[in-house]
Amino acid sequence: MSASRRALAIWFATCIAATLALTFGSLLVGTSSLHTSLHWLFSPDAQSAVVLWDIRLPRTVGAWCAGALLGLAGAVAQGVFRNPLAEPYLLGTASGAALGVTMSLLATDASVGALAWAGRLGMTGAACVGAFAAIALTIMLARGVLQTASLLLSGIVVGFLLTAVNSLLLLARPEMWRTMQVFLLGSTAYLGWPATALLGAALAVCVIPSTLLSRGLDALTLGEDTAQSLGLSLPALRLSLIGILSVATAAAVGQVGVVGFVGLVAPHLVRETVKVNHRQLLIAAPLCGGALLQAADLASRWIIHPAELPVGAVTACVGGAYLAFLLYRRTRDA
Amino acid sequence: MRETMQTPPAAALACRELCVAYGARTVLDDFTLEIPAGQWTAVVGPNGCGKSTLLRALAGLKAPRGGAVFLHGRRLGAWPRRERARRLGWLAQSPTTTDLTAAEVVALGRFAHSGWLAHRDVDDDAAIERAMSATGSLRWADRRVSTLSGGERQRVHLARVLAVEATVLLLDEPTTHLDPPHQEDVARLLRAQAHGCGVAVLSAIHDLSLALTADRLIVLGPDGVVGHGAVEEALERDWLSQAFQTRIDVVTHEGVHLWRPALDGRAGP
Repeated sequence: MSASRRALAIWFATCIAATLALTFGSLLVGTSSLHTSLHWLFSPDAQSAVVLWDIRLPRTVGAWCAGALLGLAGAVAQGVFRNPLAEPYLLGTASGAALGVTMSLLATDASVGALAWAGRLGMTGAACVGAFAAIALTIMLARGVLQTASLLLSGIVVGFLLTAVNSLLLLARPEMWRTMQVFLLGSTAYLGWPATALLGAALAVCVIPSTLLSRGLDALTLGEDTAQSLGLSLPALRLSLIGILSVATAAAVGQVGVVGFVGLVAPHLVRETVKVNHRQLLIAAPLCGGALLQAADLASRWIIHPAELPVGAVTACVGGAYLAFLLYRRTRDA
Repeated sequence: MRETMQTPPAAALACRELCVAYGARTVLDDFTLEIPAGQWTAVVGPNGCGKSTLLRALAGLKAPRGGAVFLHGRRLGAWPRRERARRLGWLAQSPTTTDLTAAEVVALGRFAHSGWLAHRDVDDDAAIERAMSATGSLRWADRRVSTLSGGERQRVHLARVLAVEATVLLLDEPTTHLDPPHQEDVARLLRAQAHGCGVAVLSAIHDLSLALTADRLIVLGPDGVVGHGAVEEALERDWLSQAFQTRIDVVTHEGVHLWRPALDGRAGP
């Protein structure tokens, strides 16, 4: 049991404790005073039981799952592109998903809040299809997955292109702006049990193969030539990791919209505090991302209570501040 | 020439009629070479003459424009990926830094043996320990590679290559970042791998005196291969002076060839 292992164990314990505390806190926030909430929580009447178990619990669990997916996607993206600034949306997924949602809204002509969950699944599906289409377009534009630089550039191009198309569509239908705003800023407010179950399933589907591929990510840190010389197939590894990245991002974006910074910050936060190999990182980054988005969700409900802030705005503020701090420390040390 | 393509070469590593180019620039043209097992071959030449390119092409990391590379008589491309990686070890010129521990990096050298799930058996553990103690990097086993000095890092990467227990080793500048005594250690290690374990060792070496302790030389000049053969032959035919386009003085002292820098009385290139 070396010091680094002990640090990692403490880190895991902290994440899990934070998650539990945030879950508990999330159940409390929203009622008039702490006293009544505690009373509510421990001897709920029929109405408050519905609020607790069918509204607040799925919301906070769902937020955790979405954050975990983004944390995982961020860790995978940073590993596969060997770039600490890589993030889940860099292959154009966010714009693709947004365009998908716009198109589905155009088709169904409804607003986010008014849609029944069957309709929401339709929107989720549209977001996923949009995200996958964007990644496919990016890979086609980069002529495969071998050139990291062209992949990143293609991702930017596809992102701008799809955003432009999206804006044009919205210009034609200005009444949809408000609905789309909810999606583009990111929101955890519409998470019910079905959405949470979907996120949980996506998380399980993504975590297992990515940890199986963690040795490949470790090898990639030694450089592409070296990784290849060790007996790895670079295209196969890249393609499977990008697949995982896409599923995780599409699932999260489909349910909570474009929540920024969690995917970028979570793996950073892990690496800043403990030194990890990729097997450990791919467990730690989701734990961290989950707790982060849960905390942001709680804050978004609490800051201007009883009104709500979009959760994406909270993550952007906190994440931006954290990155600025990292930058400050790095330039100061240099 | 066509007939020679029919029978595969017997040497551990060989290339036939190899052409390698970067864009419009041809680095190697119609190059045929055999790297024998049990010998240490050093590649020398001025900066930018294609030492790394030659090594990368031989390692299968750079696709040649023409010709073929043979590993144990079989075309590189015909080997299954993992089986090839078990026979051919590769050390990059300046390995990148990583947050992995030294032991984790060396364990990656066993990837071709242990696979994705990293089920290490007794052989793997033994190979890792042997490689780390041979390079003197066992002391840092639990340190992060990113916290090591350049020389320490280089020895960890060398251990990673040795842990493969390959029959052919391709090393691009294995002595960079090392102080002279540790360069000597590496030279001794490479010689032991070649003479003791029967490995075919091919390394690009910057330091001429160190390169002259090898068994064979491949001398590259600005316009391609000047010659390849035993060190004595290289000295006799003065390939080094041709390659560097300036007179290279080599003195032999008690059977050891030494390059003598002449800092005065000689015009630069």
